[in-house]
Amino acid sequence: MKLLYFAWVRERIGKPEEEVELPAEISTVADLVNWLARRGEQYAYAFENPKVIRAAIDRAHVRADAAIAGAREIAFFPPMTGG
Amino acid sequence: MTATIRLQREPFDAAAEASKLTRGRTDIGAVVTFAGICRGEENGEPIAALTLEHYPGMAEAEIARHVEAAERRWSLMGVTVIHRYGRIEPGENIVLVVTASSHRQDAFAAAEFLMDYLKTRAPFWKRVEHASGANWIEAKQSDDSAADRWQARPPRRDAAE
Repeated sequence: MKLLYFAWVRERIGKPEEEVELPAEISTVADLVNWLARRGEQYAYAFENPKVIRAAIDRAHVRADAAIAGAREIAFFPPMTGG
Repeated sequence: MTATIRLQREPFDAAAEASKLTRGRTDIGAVVTFAGICRGEENGEPIAALTLEHYPGMAEAEIARHVEAAERRWSLMGVTVIHRYGRIEPGENIVLVVTASSHRQDAFAAAEFLMDYLKTRAPFWKRVEHASGANWIEAKQSDDSAADRWQARPPRRDAAE
């Protein structure tokens, strides 16, 4: 599965994207955030406050309880500040 | 309805974009043009520039979803949304929303709706450069409130003009 990171989430993790193989028990966006946060210091820093992290599955906003089955691309980013 | 959505590095010409929407038409009675400009200070501190990061692919898709929502809600004859990315200096334009309708109410409301959602739902992030360094701009609660109020409103008003 392809993961994408933007803004300070990207900076803290230190890369804009990566391919990951997920364990079968990861079924929601919140599970994925918890799993990523345990991958090392940089990930722990990026995901230290999961409440502020926003997510998108296949380029559409989703909530933390969204199922990730069938997703091709999941993105994590801070609250948006466009416009 | 004519909808144009563009993401670009280059500045845009707001007047030219507005006139493109109305050229050759006599059914449009109202055009609202909103341009967002880069201010020279942020929280009282002078800034050198903003850099806008975006999520290519999703940004276009998310803007298109909101343009479609605006079209369902109001009677629109044309919409243009242009959002810049990359480095932008004070005084330069950042974002453009143009809405065309037969009457002003729909054009005003749709432009405001689109801007409120661009601020909170379109995947763009602003990084600000100033003398003491650079930092990511934090999302404002007031922007979330501005977007949320559209959910409480009745789905459509009839233009009474």
